[in-house]
Amino acid sequence: MPDIYLDNNATTKVDPAVVDVMIPFFLEQYGNPSSIHKFADGVAKALKKARGQVQELIGAEHDSEIIFTSCGTESDSTAILSAIKAQPNRKEIITTTVEHAAILNLCENLEKEGYTIHRLPVDKCGRLNLDAYKKMLSDQVAIVSVMWANNETGTIFPVVEMAEMANSAGVMFHTDAVQAVGKIPMMLQDTKIDMLSISGHKLHAPKGIGVLYLRRGTRYRPLLRGGHQERGRRAGTENTASIVGLGKACEMAMEHMEYENVQVKAMRDKLEQGIIATVPHSFITGDLNNRLPNTTDIAFEYIEGEAILMLLNKAGIAASSGSACTSGSLEPSHVMRAMDIPYTAAHGTIRFSFSRYNTMSEVDEVLKVMPTIAATLRKLSPYWDSVTNEPVANPEAAFTPTFK
Amino acid sequence: MWDYSDKVKEHFFTPKNAGAVVGANAIGEVGSISCGDALRLTLKVNPETEIIEESGFQTFGCGSAIASSSVLTEIIKGMTIDEALKVTNQDIANELDGLPPEKMHCSVMGREALQAAVANYRGEEWKDDHEEGALICKCFAIDAVMIEEMIWANKLRTVEDVTNFTKAGGGCAACHEDIEAILEKVLAEKGEKFDATVSTAAVEKVETPAIAAVKTPLTNVQRIKKIEEVLTSLRPQLMADGGDVELVEVVGNTVYVNMTGACNGCQMAAMTIAGIQQRLMEVLGEFLRVVPASEMKKLVNIEGAGHA
Repeated sequence: MPDIYLDNNATTKVDPAVVDVMIPFFLEQYGNPSSIHKFADGVAKALKKARGQVQELIGAEHDSEIIFTSCGTESDSTAILSAIKAQPNRKEIITTTVEHAAILNLCENLEKEGYTIHRLPVDKCGRLNLDAYKKMLSDQVAIVSVMWANNETGTIFPVVEMAEMANSAGVMFHTDAVQAVGKIPMMLQDTKIDMLSISGHKLHAPKGIGVLYLRRGTRYRPLLRGGHQERGRRAGTENTASIVGLGKACEMAMEHMEYENVQVKAMRDKLEQGIIATVPHSFITGDLNNRLPNTTDIAFEYIEGEAILMLLNKAGIAASSGSACTSGSLEPSHVMRAMDIPYTAAHGTIRFSFSRYNTMSEVDEVLKVMPTIAATLRKLSPYWDSVTNEPVANPEAAFTPTFK
Repeated sequence: MWDYSDKVKEHFFTPKNAGAVVGANAIGEVGSISCGDALRLTLKVNPETEIIEESGFQTFGCGSAIASSSVLTEIIKGMTIDEALKVTNQDIANELDGLPPEKMHCSVMGREALQAAVANYRGEEWKDDHEEGALICKCFAIDAVMIEEMIWANKLRTVEDVTNFTKAGGGCAACHEDIEAILEKVLAEKGEKFDATVSTAAVEKVETPAIAAVKTPLTNVQRIKKIEEVLTSLRPQLMADGGDVELVEVVGNTVYVNMTGACNGCQMAAMTIAGIQQRLMEVLGEFLRVVPASEMKKLVNIEGAGHA
């Protein structure tokens, strides 16, 4: 069986149809869209079409609200830095403890510069407390930045409602929607979301292309100044081929929206139910009632994620883990810590993320190997009793290594 | 994914001596569950000969933690406990054909488990003196705790000081921002202020006495003497890591050196050589290439090579 790719929240395969529409912009229409000659005459039109395709997918009111950037991180940085620059008197930012590093590390840096960062905590299911959020909103807050869906657990936050609340308090609202766009339907024109980040490579477009949605009328300061590209809001020669590719990918995501939420979801559900049924001491993390259709994050207790990934990889299965070891850090994933998942489980979390390219037979394949992988590693674990094939009684107390 | 050696993979996929030894009389438990690494080492020591007859491991941890545990049990089987205590974490890493810098702590965990087990056998209490911080310098595998301690102990003030004392930041330089942040924090704790513009000369030079940079053209003898002088100034740092360097030949702008002791065969040797080259260029004010002497025959015919 060919290798199985279940790491689509990390990045996706570029759809062959996307590659096809991009190629002419490398080889024929390679002119600068600002030029007046036949090498460029189709380019501006193609960019306009792509802008329309992105607009359609997210339900923006105007196509001029779409600003092409180089990636999701650039969109996130642009949004937050714009908000604080445009409102120099506001020195507070509201975000969550479970954001992507693109937001968290930027905020940590702004904290050093004197900004106050409010990080909304989550409960054990990864949910926010909206009452606590409401109390934080004030005329001191420059911007709220809350992800639409969490990259690790797939948990969806009520950003539409939170944007309404921010708007009522006169506060700008940004959402990092790189995991949500293309997987769940959205109609931004009916919301109070001011800014939204998209990353092309999460929805079968290439890496190196992103979008910042900027609601018309939102006060804005560019991150990159220079030429007149993107109406002066993001200078730099357009990444034409990738923009065209992203447009096509958005069109295809729109067409597959139902498939994503029915068939892809069915594969995800079958996998997680199958694992929970066959691997003892495993559980699903996140808000099971509000999740992306393609994502499941499963904690395997008493074993470590990188070791699981290496055995999965050997079986031809690609996934990812929230363990500290996979990233080379000292702590397991900040998302798992924020949800207060115990260390003995947090280090053993594995995320399986699907796309429309996956199949049910791939799910069966994973279900075939997963119980053995867990059993193999548990045999080595000091928390596991290989005689009874159960965790040792009171595992946290039974094994207490020196220096904790 | 990490670039693990075949040896690491072999020990991970087919670990040796997995599980607890029945009737073990030496048990060591070390690790940190927050870091996701923990190891229980069980040994059966013959009380007459003090030879380790059986060894087994149970590890909660990543691929390299399991591989380090497995290889450790293989290394020490058949050794006396005194011999086993001489096994260093570098021995464990070497046996695995090296570990990525982020993963060297797995080999440290192995050595500590061994010390803990021997202490347990002898009825002593084993105390861990090792604290681990976030990895800052990936080129030389130096963590935050080590940098902080060196700043405190040696009154360091600049990134360059930190590099001179710990090697951190001496490679790709990508961690200089993080080192500055640590300096800022520690100096604030000492009631001082970090100033990025202050010159390193303000610090008491212990290990790298300043050598005046030269400007005028040098004779070959002067040049070689100067190179020797630089190497001598760097020697204490290398020796602190159990290594040494020796000047073999200078041909044109190529300086041939012998890396000895722990530097020999160390994964970091290439980085160390780069550091020596940098220092030589700074002092001699000319482009110089530092090359291991083992490369000498491959590159030039010494007899025929004149000075450029």
